[in-house]
Amino acid sequence: MEDIISILVTTVRVSTPLILACLAGLYSERSGIVDIGLEGKLIASAFGAAVVAAVTGSAWAGLLAGIGVSLVFSAVHGLASINFKGNQIISGVALNFLAAGLSTFLGAAWFGRGGNTPPVSGDARFYGIQLPFAAELRDVPIVGPIYSGLISGHAIMTYIAFLAVPVTAWVLWRTRFGLRLRAVGENPKALDTAGMSVSWLRYKALIITSVLVGIGGAYLSIAQAASFTPNMAAGRGYIALAALIFAKWKPVPAMFACLLFGFLEAMQYRLQGVDLPVIGPVPTQAMQALPYILTILLLAGFVGRAIPPKASGLPYVKER
Amino acid sequence: MKIKQTLKTLVGGLTVTALMAGTALADPALVYDGGGKFDGSFNEAAYTGAERYKADTGTNYQDLEIDGVAQREQAIRQFAARGNNPIVLPGFSWEESLRAVAPDFPDTMFAIIDTVVDDLPNVRSVVFKEQEGSYLVGALAAMASETGTIGFIPAFDFSLLLAFGCGYKQGAKYVNPDIEIIETAIGTGFDAFNNPGGGTEVARSQIDRGADVIYHAAGGAGVGVLQAAADAGILGIGVDSNQNHLHPGQVLTSMIKRVDVATYNAFADYENDEWTSDVIVLGLAEDGVGAAFDENNADLITDEMRATIEDITAKIVSGEIVVHDSRTDNTCPA
Repeated sequence: MEDIISILVTTVRVSTPLILACLAGLYSERSGIVDIGLEGKLIASAFGAAVVAAVTGSAWAGLLAGIGVSLVFSAVHGLASINFKGNQIISGVALNFLAAGLSTFLGAAWFGRGGNTPPVSGDARFYGIQLPFAAELRDVPIVGPIYSGLISGHAIMTYIAFLAVPVTAWVLWRTRFGLRLRAVGENPKALDTAGMSVSWLRYKALIITSVLVGIGGAYLSIAQAASFTPNMAAGRGYIALAALIFAKWKPVPAMFACLLFGFLEAMQYRLQGVDLPVIGPVPTQAMQALPYILTILLLAGFVGRAIPPKASGLPYVKER
Repeated sequence: MKIKQTLKTLVGGLTVTALMAGTALADPALVYDGGGKFDGSFNEAAYTGAERYKADTGTNYQDLEIDGVAQREQAIRQFAARGNNPIVLPGFSWEESLRAVAPDFPDTMFAIIDTVVDDLPNVRSVVFKEQEGSYLVGALAAMASETGTIGFIPAFDFSLLLAFGCGYKQGAKYVNPDIEIIETAIGTGFDAFNNPGGGTEVARSQIDRGADVIYHAAGGAGVGVLQAAADAGILGIGVDSNQNHLHPGQVLTSMIKRVDVATYNAFADYENDEWTSDVIVLGLAEDGVGAAFDENNADLITDEMRATIEDITAKIVSGEIVVHDSRTDNTCPA
């Protein structure tokens, strides 16, 4: 039981940035903007958060800075792909390179630690939150470990990530904004004909994207870790995009896809060198290959065809 | 007319710069391995040695951090072509590129740290008996552990890194034959050295399984391991450089590998015409490896622990304890 809880807790922790980045991608892709730059935004906001938290000593200032940096990146992406109708993939890739290079360069120039930022502690870092009654319920069978061990004790971003899932589903399917968001990604011309601004709607989607991915970046550098290290997103932005395709651009399946990726990572850390019943000790390499094997199996066998929003990747040009 | 003159000045200026560059660059050079100059561990130790040399002699040196495998050969070749001598390459990953470049520059001396390249006349190899230093920190870990479970985290499954682990296990078992040792790798390749987030998660999973002292051999990713240990209120053990200061009171000790001395000596030997292109093995007896004691871990080390370590050190130096090197036969007795 304890082993299972511990694997699940790790799953929740490593899934948090994935879920945030995945939902961020969902908003922008639903509006018709392909955001390959999620990885870059994660890196940039992790860097911004770590720098501001280290300098000001306030984790909240760090979080805001992370969101701010990611807003700036999105503004560039929006300008290139909405206003100037440039290629969204190219703009996104450029942002990825810019984020990786600029963060390392500025970090090295400001702190002289080879791109690392100084470690933060105390008020400058987000720690796990103990939910009410977590301590009292700890010894209650079944409920105790699940509530006190699994649900309580995470950083605030984790709760934001999991709350963002139902909120996103509600926004997407139950609000006027959601309807328009879906429409602008499928058929922007219809919206334009109805007298709405395609550009402004897409910008609104990008703002939500930035806020979510900014929270995810800040989680990486000032909650999960205590400093920024170059390229610390380590491909999580791309995994989030893969999860988004897995989930066919739907919020709840997106959460499960991210949890699956997180679970596989947790298993890999946890099961190395452990004697499994019947099988015996599993070689490290087999354990580490597991996420990739399962990804291929799931993609090939279970997911079926994933069809993106019809207008995604296409700049909207009014007919003249 | 004016354009011509400007051009002339420009060309003249460029030539001078080129000439200046040619004369100024008899300096020694140091090219860091993946993880970068300030990894707080292996590369930083090389940097410390080079800086000490600069402070002692006033001789400048050139250094470079590489960005990816593709730059390795190019980096060495460029330093050699510019006349830098000697060129110090900390890290076993340099071997292949070194073999490609060294024969083309017979008058340039190279020093590679952590692996043996003994068939080239202008290459010095410096290797350490990491198993001996790891034996000491393993013994300390076993003495400090209250749960009877300790952890070891290599960056990935690689013979050099596993030799750290094997020495660690032998040392731990010497003190406490019943000790439980968990070993978990962070990744599958060299990029694991750059993944502190992975280091944190692996350390947490070991802590969940009861480990209360964790030793890492993961370079830059080890920062995440030590952070996780400090967050959980257990003890970490640093590697290569003295990492005790990273979390004072939460890092039991560090297995120091005197990469700084190896770098310093390579620079100095060449300068003093004492260069030898041979294989240098540094163990406990040569003070090449050891456990770090300073004010940051003074409260963690009891007199009894210190006495045991002194006793073990004496026995290893005298040959009474022979620490098995897992690299020789790919097995570990402990």
